[in-house]
Amino acid sequence: MTAEAGLAALWFAAALAALQLVMAAMGLRTGREDVLAATRPIAVVQGVLAAIAMGCLVSVFLASDMSVRLVVENSHSAKPWLYKLAGAWGNHEGSMLLWVTILGIAGGAVALLERRLSERSLIATLGAQATIALGFYAFLLFASNPFARVFPAPPDGLGLNPLLQDPGLAFHPPTLYIGYVGLSVAFSFAVGALVTRDVGPAFARAMRPWVLGAWIFLTLGITAGSYWAYYELGWGGWWFWDPVENASLMPWLAATALLHSVTVLATRDGLRAWTVMLAVVAFSMSMIGTFLVRSGILTSVHAFAVDPRRGAFILALLAIYIGGALALFALRVGTVREGARFELLSREGGLVANNLLLSVILGIVLIGTLYPLVAAGFGVQLSIGAPFFNKAAGPVALVLLAVMAAGPLIRWRRDDAGELMERLLLPIAAACFSFAGLFLLGESMRLLPLIGLSLAAGLAVASVAPLWKRNLRRTPLFTWGMVVAHLGIAVSLAGMACDSAFTQERLVAVRPGEPVSVGPFSVTLVGIRPLIGENWSGLEAHLAAARGGNTLVLTPQLRFFANPPTNTNETAISTRWDGQLYTVLGQPDGTGRWQLRLWWKPFVTLIWAGGALIALGGALSLLGRVSRERRVALREVWA
Amino acid sequence: MKRWTLWLPLLAFVAVVLVAALALMAPGDRTVRSALVGKPLPQFALAPLVAGKPGVATSDFSHGGPRLLNVFASWCIPCEAEAPQLLRLKQLGVPIDAVAVHDTREAVTNFLRRNGDPYRGVGDDPASAVQLAIGSSGVPETFVVAGDGTILMQHVGAIRDEDVLAIAHAAGVVG
Repeated sequence: MTAEAGLAALWFAAALAALQLVMAAMGLRTGREDVLAATRPIAVVQGVLAAIAMGCLVSVFLASDMSVRLVVENSHSAKPWLYKLAGAWGNHEGSMLLWVTILGIAGGAVALLERRLSERSLIATLGAQATIALGFYAFLLFASNPFARVFPAPPDGLGLNPLLQDPGLAFHPPTLYIGYVGLSVAFSFAVGALVTRDVGPAFARAMRPWVLGAWIFLTLGITAGSYWAYYELGWGGWWFWDPVENASLMPWLAATALLHSVTVLATRDGLRAWTVMLAVVAFSMSMIGTFLVRSGILTSVHAFAVDPRRGAFILALLAIYIGGALALFALRVGTVREGARFELLSREGGLVANNLLLSVILGIVLIGTLYPLVAAGFGVQLSIGAPFFNKAAGPVALVLLAVMAAGPLIRWRRDDAGELMERLLLPIAAACFSFAGLFLLGESMRLLPLIGLSLAAGLAVASVAPLWKRNLRRTPLFTWGMVVAHLGIAVSLAGMACDSAFTQERLVAVRPGEPVSVGPFSVTLVGIRPLIGENWSGLEAHLAAARGGNTLVLTPQLRFFANPPTNTNETAISTRWDGQLYTVLGQPDGTGRWQLRLWWKPFVTLIWAGGALIALGGALSLLGRVSRERRVALREVWA
Repeated sequence: MKRWTLWLPLLAFVAVVLVAALALMAPGDRTVRSALVGKPLPQFALAPLVAGKPGVATSDFSHGGPRLLNVFASWCIPCEAEAPQLLRLKQLGVPIDAVAVHDTREAVTNFLRRNGDPYRGVGDDPASAVQLAIGSSGVPETFVVAGDGTILMQHVGAIRDEDVLAIAHAAGVVG
């Protein structure tokens, strides 16, 4: 019964999305007040219905209703409840339903909360949202119905991929989806602004919280995904330039650029066409990402069920939305009035440099990700990995980071080069000092990590410099946000440089009792014991890691899952203040020895701590913007 | 800005969509292309490991029809899983030689008693020297080698049920 209710809610939501589109188009054409006024409540109800459908799917999964095909294929009654819950979106149909649910809720929120934008632009925005939603509703209802039944119902389900049975991963897809959908709202705002030719600061201010929100969630999603890959895959790396990782990185790069250009548009009324373009690009990157992941045309460590028809459907949606928006851009943007001009050496100039460099990196990642597809078209099989991306994007990223250090210290409109250099003196000194210090201390550091660490030091000083000589309690929250986010980049960069410069790795086969040294630790295999888990059996190694007078106990495992039959490695990681000891249990070699893989990774945790700081900075900024807008709105009411 | 430049983003996007559509229509070939496919099998000669069976050497692959070279170990669980498929290939008439990696005589003898014995010869590769020379990075892996010693195919991982036909086809025993 619940499944049918969910399906009904989904059909009603789709019908309302169609109505929303018709009403918006009619209202904009005729200008009739009553038609325009009806669009907002429709958007709200559509969001509520989509949420009801998602709720029904979750309840079917929690109840392990084995008459629903999706539950059979992706769940098992013996699973812990958290993974039953995560099973609802840990598959193609469920994740698409989650996508439209978030899209519907976001549309409803825009309809309820947005007050700054002109009524016509807002209605055009809601029309664009309805168009996007309609495509996904059609996709769900015609090509991937999550509520389909099976008859007769089997006694139990097939289970969830054991690699996905991890609490962190249960929340990884929803986080990224909120980010993707937030960018779809920005896209709708851009299309709405193009339709009404109203590209100005009001549009930028309306769009900004959505871009910021999307960007915060993308940052969190990428950071969490990177840590998950780090401890779950057992390869000791934190970024693999895998197509699916790139699929989440590309929208983030575009959103980062958009975040900065939208500020120029909101405060200085500049970069109008460019900001609209970036809003379109950011959403198209999230659609291209979804397409690459879901169609399975690229091989990746992330195995998803592959169905070419689904890929074709997403590609068709992508072509219609993005192609349509780009055509609208080409037709309309020429008629949008040019924005305010500015000097080259100014805050605006710095932000343009940021945008250009981010776009270059985005282009490199996009080409590197798609090139194997092009090559396959010519019958050449190749894969592009870290060597290309690091070499091509690394130097550009270093330049970007240098610009980033200077950017917040440049004045709006125009600045003086000499005065700017004075403000930059301290950061440059910090960078040079750490470079010299590391060069003298570190006996054999490679050049790139050396530059990375010195740059991180300079960047950290430069990030907090905007707070210099300011009354900290009166500094606006969004300035704090920028400082914290930029500092987060410096912290993360330091972690990456430390990891690549100082990591020590040992791959050994040992008998119990033989000590192995890695970094400051001496690790001994004490013994191996069998284990029975909730839905797996396995072997657990007991490792004693001694350093100074202290001994740590680590217990890496080798797990065997029955449903479906798979082996996984559970790494054991011990986090110390100065780094992580990372251990993996391998196979026995048949003569009483066990393979062990050990890493000592100094300060590697800074990578993810930096990611969290970046997201925190975004959150502070969002809070600052929203509360200021509310104060302004209240003042207008009282005036 | 010139008006026509405004259409460039759309043009670039159309190109990306076309590439994606083509890739979607012609799903790529997922087989691993070893650098050694099409090249002659590297020179090696391994001593016998199991009583009553010869070792394996490159010269065994220089005459007769195509045959398989299976890289395995008695301590490897997927190797046990692929044993029935190897037996089927043997029944289909494909001769199979094996390189046993990091293994002992008793362990391999036990392994063959438990899982059946598809092999003509088993060579002893105690330090993975031959395994690395022929471009195999793990166990199990299976090479199809032509009668003149040319490597025709490399199969990485256990041979599953659905792989048997493709391998038999590459070895020329089924059309």
